[in-house]
Amino acid sequence: MADISANFLGIKSPNPFWLASAPPTDKKINVLRAFEAGWGGVVWKTLGSQVKNVSSRYSSVNFNNTRMMGFNNIELISDRPLQINLDEIRECVRLFPDRAMIVSLMADNDKQSWHDIIAKVEDTGAHGIELNFGCPHGMTERGMGAAVGQDPEIAKMVVEWVMEKATIPVITKLTPNVHSVVPTGKAVVEAGTDALSLINTIQSVTGIDLDTLVPNPYVAGKSVFGGYCGPAVKPIALKMLTTIAQNPVTSKVPVSGIGGISTWKDAVEFMLLGSTTVQVCTAVMKHGFRIVEDMCEGLNNWMDEKGFATINDFIGKSVQNITHWEDLDINYHIVANINQDKCIHCGLCYIACEDTSHQSINLTYGKPYNTYSIKEEECVGCNLCKLVCPVEDCITMVEQRKGNEYLNWKEFQLRGLPLNDH
Amino acid sequence: MIESNRLTAEQYEQNFSDIHPPFENKEAALVEANRCLFCYDAPCIKQCPTSINIPKFIKQITTDNIKGSAHTIFDSNIFGGGCSKVCPVEKLCEGSCVYNLLHEAPIPIAKLQRYSTEKAIRDKWKLFERKPSNGLKVAVVGAGPAGLSCAHVLSRHGVDVTVFEKESKGGGLMTYGIAAYKVTPSFCQDEVDFILSLGGIEIKYDHELGKDISIEELQKNYDAVYLGIGVGLANKLNIPGEELQGVEDAIGFIYDIRTKGYPNISVGDRVAVIGMGMTAIDAATQAKRLGAKEVTMVYRRTEAQKNCTQHELDIALLDGCKMQWLAAPREVIGENGRVTALVCDIMTLGATDHSGKPAPEPTGQTITLEVDMVIKATGQNPFTDLINKNGIENNRGKVAVKDNAVTNIDGVFAGGDCVNGGKEVVDAVQAGKDGAAAILNFLQPKNIASIHQLNSYSTDERIATQQPML
Repeated sequence: MADISANFLGIKSPNPFWLASAPPTDKKINVLRAFEAGWGGVVWKTLGSQVKNVSSRYSSVNFNNTRMMGFNNIELISDRPLQINLDEIRECVRLFPDRAMIVSLMADNDKQSWHDIIAKVEDTGAHGIELNFGCPHGMTERGMGAAVGQDPEIAKMVVEWVMEKATIPVITKLTPNVHSVVPTGKAVVEAGTDALSLINTIQSVTGIDLDTLVPNPYVAGKSVFGGYCGPAVKPIALKMLTTIAQNPVTSKVPVSGIGGISTWKDAVEFMLLGSTTVQVCTAVMKHGFRIVEDMCEGLNNWMDEKGFATINDFIGKSVQNITHWEDLDINYHIVANINQDKCIHCGLCYIACEDTSHQSINLTYGKPYNTYSIKEEECVGCNLCKLVCPVEDCITMVEQRKGNEYLNWKEFQLRGLPLNDH
Repeated sequence: MIESNRLTAEQYEQNFSDIHPPFENKEAALVEANRCLFCYDAPCIKQCPTSINIPKFIKQITTDNIKGSAHTIFDSNIFGGGCSKVCPVEKLCEGSCVYNLLHEAPIPIAKLQRYSTEKAIRDKWKLFERKPSNGLKVAVVGAGPAGLSCAHVLSRHGVDVTVFEKESKGGGLMTYGIAAYKVTPSFCQDEVDFILSLGGIEIKYDHELGKDISIEELQKNYDAVYLGIGVGLANKLNIPGEELQGVEDAIGFIYDIRTKGYPNISVGDRVAVIGMGMTAIDAATQAKRLGAKEVTMVYRRTEAQKNCTQHELDIALLDGCKMQWLAAPREVIGENGRVTALVCDIMTLGATDHSGKPAPEPTGQTITLEVDMVIKATGQNPFTDLINKNGIENNRGKVAVKDNAVTNIDGVFAGGDCVNGGKEVVDAVQAGKDGAAAILNFLQPKNIASIHQLNSYSTDERIATQQPML
């Protein structure tokens, strides 16, 4: 059995699965249920100045039969009185001392406000603080949330205030609503943050009701931009995570990965790109806390199969495998192959290639079943046919190198090699 | 003992309720619609005699475009509603669904087709508009699937169509010849009304060809004539005792069930149904559902040669019908003029005959079934006399046509069961479309382009061979 426990800046949790700062971590009743279900830690929903929430608050993007492929919210930080939150945090830490308790904070934009709230949070026995520099709605108008995270100078200043006061580890949460997360990431690392977490939600309009013409979520005939999350944002989060892992400054601090994580496989991908722990929200809002069981078991089984004894054995392992385009090997060439025994003659590969790619698939008419085969000399190895094929391993990509040596674009140009003639 | 009114009202209601219930709700339909892979040049389309663009109409269900979905279906098959209930889809569209090759359940195409078409028919959606009347007049004989399909296409092209129907309702076999638990008479009426809502089609009911009207008369008064007259009564057995009371033909039996009300239909205690086609199944299952204690289906070959689909046979078996394979009726025995038994030769299979099936040969042994009713369902006779009397070239009563619809008489066209001898409803619908194409071709040789425009769908094969299609 592998050891799946995590140690994040000395904050220990029995597994790397934390709940992100969000509605599921807003109250003691939720958090205790999460701990009972087996979650390794929580980031308590953001505390700060007094707010009031509206109704409704959520909307989603469904895809075919899958509900909540993307999820969107316009909820603000915790709208409960600060003292109730603090009392409940203290109680949760007392009842589950082995779980990580991080508290998300978003104070008013002055040093004293931050110092006051940090003192109160540390007094609860919480293990760490997460700075919410990412909330994209509601708080930004008051100069908080993403308004801080989008400006490296302001972010740096706030982190400096925080680090003056904090005695427990500080994680700075980054907003994705920027062209790159690296400038703010660098600024806050230089200001002394102990760790980073990313991504927060992405500003979005999830859809419009075609009867009322009002976008959702609907609030008395109007809507606002919300924060987008769920499985749809995972690829974007992974890319941003990679840029943090590859930057010499930001890669010095541990990262807690966030963004559409629903399964142990998603979690492993975040960890392979440098996350020490991961945070989950949308998946539990859809299915409840019970999903952590399979996350733990799946991670454990995968680690056993791969021979990883602890999570540190694989964290960051894939970072080096994402390179620059100009370093890719141009001599690497693959062509598609259709396994005729597996083919169900749906024609999806053919029409995708014929209409939108390189006309590399033959159609031989049959009634009712056509036969499809690859024109190898035309195939550029783009993967499209394999991606659209509904049958596992029916289309495989077979390596047919153009040359034995590694050849990148720079070298290709230097040698004046010919471009494609079709 | 043959008697009517064997069951309570509730029992009749239950026994004749819809055998293929529709989707309960939108979500249920979407689960299945979203499974559809949206195949290119899809096998299901090729296996549909009317070439409905099935992946497209299913995709349209998933995009909340039910109106578009219904239009896609009806554009190829104006009987798309009824066909969704009566088509033997397991040997047509659903039988070719690529999911079968994955050993997964095929997409329930018929049920999805019903989902879209039932809404259209119920809510009387106006999906088609006819071109302004061009003054051409066509007479269609027979308001069945072939005739109305032909009439609908012609009317869309601006032709004024008059349909002559010998019965008092439209729909033909759909209305009068199919088990009531598949399509209800009221649905058939709604479907005919839906077709007629296009305008430009007038049906003259209770007008029978050869009695109330003649082909010559129609030729004189119309620019073209289309015959979609179907086939007639069941084949005779030509065995002793056939005239006994209690021997009925399946077509008449089913006609009565659909027109007279279930409690008024008499059925025996022990019924033998002769034949193993779709009509035989419909007769056997409905005899059972009317309260017969025992129904035995008698077929001279084995299960492997049956004409019905496995699905249909399963319905009969589930209804408790017994199967007597390898038995050919030899004599009906009676007492006091009433049936008491059916004597059959026990057969064995010999060499393949002209039908392509092994020929049944008597073994010399016989079997006697104690029955009080015999229902004959061994195929139907074409209207041979009528056809011959009008000088129409035919093949043993089946109208001979060129190019799918053109008869030997100038300006007279034909299609459906009267040409093919009796196939599926969906085949008759396609025949009607072919007939309309031929008629438009005949009336306006230069206007064929507009016929092409009517088609919203084409397969590679058709493009390749430049076949006109509708």
